[in-house]
Order: sequence, then structure tokens, then C-alpha cells
Amino acid sequence: MGAQLRVYKRRIKSVTATKKITKAMEMIAASRIVKAQRKVAASTPYATELTRAVTAVATGSNTKHPLTTETDNPTRAAVLLITSDRGLAGGYSSNAIKAADQLTERLRGEGKEVDTYIVGRKGVAYYGFRERKVAESWTGFTDSPSYGDAKKVAAPLIEAVTTETAEGGVDELHIVFTEFVSMMTQTPVQNRMLPLSLEKAAEETGTKGEILPLFDFEPSAEDVLDALLPRYVESRIYNALLQAAASEHAARRRAMKSATDNAGDLINSLSRLANAARQAEITQEISEIVGGASALADATAGSDK
Amino acid sequence: MAAELHVELVAADRSVWSGGATLVIARTTSGDIGVMPGHQPLLGVLESGPVTIRTSEGGTVVAAVHGGFITFADNKLSLLAEIAELAEEIDPQRAERALERAKAESDAAAERRADVRLRAVAVR
Repeated sequence: MGAQLRVYKRRIKSVTATKKITKAMEMIAASRIVKAQRKVAASTPYATELTRAVTAVATGSNTKHPLTTETDNPTRAAVLLITSDRGLAGGYSSNAIKAADQLTERLRGEGKEVDTYIVGRKGVAYYGFRERKVAESWTGFTDSPSYGDAKKVAAPLIEAVTTETAEGGVDELHIVFTEFVSMMTQTPVQNRMLPLSLEKAAEETGTKGEILPLFDFEPSAEDVLDALLPRYVESRIYNALLQAAASEHAARRRAMKSATDNAGDLINSLSRLANAARQAEITQEISEIVGGASALADATAGSDK
Repeated sequence: MAAELHVELVAADRSVWSGGATLVIARTTSGDIGVMPGHQPLLGVLESGPVTIRTSEGGTVVAAVHGGFITFADNKLSLLAEIAELAEEIDPQRAERALERAKAESDAAAERRADVRLRAVAVR
């Protein structure tokens, strides 16, 4: 076998191995999307009921709460960015990071300080490399977040919002995550979570326009709201984490599918080249034999004379 | 047919139980409360404790609920809890062990959770 042909054969072998790996990753991601979507669906009833309850208290009573009232001039905002722990998911993490950068830029333009909170190793690495300050970060659960994880993330955020701004608290809470629109489309979104805007909350869960009855609050409207709002924030963060997980798997599946397709194309063109090289080798061998034979024939014909 | 109300018991990550009931007893921060069909609209904060549901078929469903809310409106009652388990899902031995462990480690939250689970099993 000629040197050229051997090189092609070797490359085909390595690309085939890579293709097998990407194909496996694609199939794993595809099965996980379904699981993640099911989790999103399972968490919906809780979120819907909670939103309905929050709307009921906030509209049914004149209670003021730091989580629902807007400050006249907000000076500090917290941004929660949700990225993935692992790579190989195409532009998934970098798109979310880009969206967070835009948001941060905008908030700074409005004269607010920005505290960044990050979920996912990719986001942490990005900010770490650029030596940007991160208020707090969490890693290790972006694949399949549990409600406990959401609670862990929500706790310092709620604390920051309830603290006075002068003492290091924040006035606004924004969240950047990748919304799962469909298998093919996932878009990074920036939402202001707090202070709560009731109309938007109702829209998100499809309870808008519903007339709510006058509730009897137990023990009192203030206490109910106090207990409700942190749960509401937790459930929103949980929902965002779940959607982000579904998006991550979908993005990974797409990235791995195109990697598998590319590997297939590469194998095709490499085997064409290998065939051509083999053919050239054979042609050369034949012409060498023919040349050799005719030279021999010429030589014997000469000696006959 | 006796009047009945529709009950949804949902935890943060799943829907635990739903169906018709004639009476629901739950523990709010200001004491136990029983809700029957036609109760006035209500929104309350729940304590950790067992929730008892008398189903319209005459059976009883008991669940351990760890914090959450109760809302009632239009004959529809929702129990929202971060964690909720039906009594038949609870493994008493495991809860017992958890209780002992929590006591040994003086982990108040875990102790309360295990205690609520055991009480839910006992009510059944």
C-alpha cells in the first residue's frame, strides 16, 4: 500500500470513530429532551396555582411588599444568568452569555450597578477568564435541576432583594435563560422577575382576564404575601432552570447531529480520495510492468540479431 | 348526591393527587381548618403537617405536606406544597430512621419532616 493511501485510510478510521461518538451523544441528548420537557410539564400546575394565588393577594388587598413595589430610582440590579455545565452544545451557553452582556450593558446605561449571579460551569469560566466579579455561582445540576437546586439559587437572591439597597441589597432582579420554544428553536430571553409585574405574571401562566373572588386570608393578607412571594420566585427560577435544561439538551442534540452529518460527508470525500489514490497506484504499477516488459522485449529482440 | 369540591394537591415538581372530596382538613399557621363544599374563598399558609381528604367515594386520603398554601375558590381547592407525599408512599421504617438520625444530629428541619411523615402514616 502506498504512503498516500495509508494516510487516507487512517483518517477515515479516526473520523468514523468520532462519528460514532457524536451519534451516541446525539441520541442521549434526544432522549433527555423528552425527559426535561416532561419535568417542565409536571411543574406547571404548581406554578399556575401559585401565580393565581399571588395575583389574588396582590389585587385583593392593598398590601405593600418590597417584592411587588417599584423603587422610584433603582440603583442596583441583580442578574441571574443560566448557562450549562458542559460544552458541545453549539452556541447554547455563549448565546445566553451574550444576552446577559447586553442586559448588563443596558442596566449600566441606566445608571445601575449590576451584581451577577451565575448557574453553570460555562458561565463561571467565561466570567472567571475575563476576571469579572461574580456575586455567587452554582454548578453541577444544569442537566436535570431539582426543586432543591432552585431553592438554593433563590435563597441569596431573595435575601439580596429584601435587604435595603444602602446595605448592599438590590432593587431589581433580572433573569437570563434560554427559553425552550420547540425542538428546533431555543431563544435566550431576559426577564425582569422582581419587582413583580402582575400583568406579566398572569400572561405567562395564561390566567389573564380571570376574575378572582374576594379571598378570606388566613392568617392575614400580609403574612400570606410574605410567605407566597419567596415561593413564587423559587418556582419561577425552577421553571427557568428546567427550560434551560431542555434547551441545553436540544442545542446539544442539534450540534451533535450536524457533527455526525459533517463526519459522514468527510468520510465520503476521504474515501473518494482514497479510491483515486488506489487507482493511481494501480495505474502506475501497470505502466511500470508494461514498461518493464517492453524494455525486456526490446533487449531480447536486440540480442537476436 | 352530596355536594363535593374538587381537590388538587400539587407539589413543586408533580401533581400528587386530584379528585372529588367532601371535606378537607389541613393545618394552617393559625390552627387546623376544615373546608367543605361552599366554603367562602380562602387563602391560607400551611404548616407542616398531615392533610386529610375525605373523598366523595367515602375513602380517606392522607398526605404529609411540608409547608405551602391552601386556596379555595369556586368549589375548587388547591393545596400547594414544596414537598407533598401521600401516606401510602411513605416508608414508616425509613421515616423512623430519618427521625432518629435527625435527632442525633439535632437537625430541626429534618426532624420535623420525619415527624410529619410519621404522623401522616399514623393518621391513616
